[in-house]
Amino acid sequence: MDTLNALAQGFSVALTWQNLGLALLGCFLGTIIGALPGLGPSNGVAILIPLVFSIGLPATPALILLTSVYYGAMYGGRISSILLNIPGDEPAMMTTLDGFPMAQKGYPGEALAISGIASFVGAFFATWGLVLLAPQLVEVALLFGPAEYFALFTLAFATLGGLSSKNQAKAAVAAAIGLGIALIGVDGQTGVPRFTFDNMHFYDGIDFLVAIVGLFAVSEVLVFVENHGTGQGADGAKTVKLGRITPPWSMLKQTSGAMGRGTLLGFIAGVLPGAGASLGSFIAYSLEKKVSNKDDTFGKGDPRGVAAPEAGNNAAAGGALVPMLALGVPGSGTTAVLLAMLLTLDITPGPLLFTKNPDVVWGLVAALFIGNAMLLAMNIPMVGLFVRLLTIPAKYLMPGVVMISFVGIYGISGSTFDLMVMIGFGVLGWALRKLEVPLVPVILGLLLGAQMEKNLRRAMTISDGEISALVASPLAIGLWCAAIIGFVLPILVGRYLRYKAN
Amino acid sequence: MSDRIFASICIALAVLMGWGATIIEESFIQDPLGPKAFPLVIALVLAACGVAMFLRPDEDPVWPHRRKQIQLLWTIGAMILYVQFLPVVGFLVATAIGAGFLSWQLGASVKQACWGGFSISVGIYVVFKLILGLSLARGPFGF
Repeated sequence: MDTLNALAQGFSVALTWQNLGLALLGCFLGTIIGALPGLGPSNGVAILIPLVFSIGLPATPALILLTSVYYGAMYGGRISSILLNIPGDEPAMMTTLDGFPMAQKGYPGEALAISGIASFVGAFFATWGLVLLAPQLVEVALLFGPAEYFALFTLAFATLGGLSSKNQAKAAVAAAIGLGIALIGVDGQTGVPRFTFDNMHFYDGIDFLVAIVGLFAVSEVLVFVENHGTGQGADGAKTVKLGRITPPWSMLKQTSGAMGRGTLLGFIAGVLPGAGASLGSFIAYSLEKKVSNKDDTFGKGDPRGVAAPEAGNNAAAGGALVPMLALGVPGSGTTAVLLAMLLTLDITPGPLLFTKNPDVVWGLVAALFIGNAMLLAMNIPMVGLFVRLLTIPAKYLMPGVVMISFVGIYGISGSTFDLMVMIGFGVLGWALRKLEVPLVPVILGLLLGAQMEKNLRRAMTISDGEISALVASPLAIGLWCAAIIGFVLPILVGRYLRYKAN
Repeated sequence: MSDRIFASICIALAVLMGWGATIIEESFIQDPLGPKAFPLVIALVLAACGVAMFLRPDEDPVWPHRRKQIQLLWTIGAMILYVQFLPVVGFLVATAIGAGFLSWQLGASVKQACWGGFSISVGIYVVFKLILGLSLARGPFGF
């Protein structure tokens, strides 16, 4: 009952004219960002954070705007997946498998509508899951001391490479790079400078927004320049005839099971550490194929193959918010960017957030519900408008993206030094992407590094330097075991699969 | 090969980091662990990963061929020049030239690139400066 009261409170925060307007704007912008090839939820939100920060919006409206963009981008991503066979981001990959064939068979409108409805279903129920599960997790989180938090951060890094990574050493290297960069600056506990090379600019440390925009947005442009003209990547597209944009009832009925299963699996995948939306859509699609592929229609444009991954992907996006809000530990790239957004607004997620700033949490949840409904309403009838955006030639789009990234970062500090650092991160991001080193652990290291060290040192202060204090409680032992299993298991599974393949 | 080079860089970085950590000056305020321990742990992780990658490298990625390399260098160079000239000539001029150059790189004709750069620059100026009130770099002409 408390939860429902709090939720009602949240709606009263979100239902002001200003906040509704921001939600609408965010949904619209988000769908555009998602629909444009080469921009996805993570880099789209990353570019917008510094802008929102510079404009000086208060925390709750800013949060509503940016989460609407995030959800909108999840919706918009499916447009380029289905029509152009270009996923805007990793989770949208599975949607191309049946979405693109469906569009080719002459049902692009139906495919877009089904995926829109599936997105709504997935996100709607996942938000309810968030409402019910997050307060429970907060109860558990209140038992956490510094030692447990340190173990939890280790767990987050150990599982981040997860099932998607081919090489665990590379995931770990990425985390170490991120944590290493986070060390730069004045040490928070003793006030001594570390790794500053006696350069004044480094005393405050590296602003993680500068790093994130560089790693995501600038490196994206470099990747684009590299692929441009070689047939890979998007160089603009021809217009597509949509046909009918409402799905027939029979198709809705046929796909309802797929949506339900996709939602459930996606949500679970989202809540688990280190899994996130990519795994959500992957599991949802694989299971649906097992359950429903009786006539071998999957991969050839089966609407259930569109509905399942879209529901899974959006449910996972909602599920990933549970550990992010309740523990302060994000499990995926986009939630890492959302964490960056919260930290920029001076909100530290974690159990205390629910007691100290309930208006932020529940305002956000209410905004998710509202944004989701807006997106459904916006995406079914107005999809034609967004489709037209796909025809913006990249030769104008990409320079625009670069310049807006520069404007945002310049707006924070007004220093060209930060812009140079951002370009540096862009080049680093490009090189890491070429070497298949994942970028998300780098970002997470940057965001969590200070917290992780603080908790370690606090635990050591409490125990007076006794290292065994890190494994003193059953909870901590459990977290350490999970971290070790989470790191080693993908290596073993990978070896087993390679062995089987040979 | 690429992985081995990257692994070597990581190991070198880890050694530098370890050395950098040992020369951190201690303060008179002190906790049991101090400011050196955590950097040393990370340097150790970095070194271990470097060794692992050196021993089991993945296949080489497809690096861009010469023409693309030059194009990438041009793009990065253009961004650096843009940043350097931003406070000198102001936002509108720098952005018009920078964006125009980038779109020319991406295959626009000279005329298209001029128009593209100009529209991007003015568009951003109107939306972010005039409507949203963000501070953009000012040049000698006040814009």
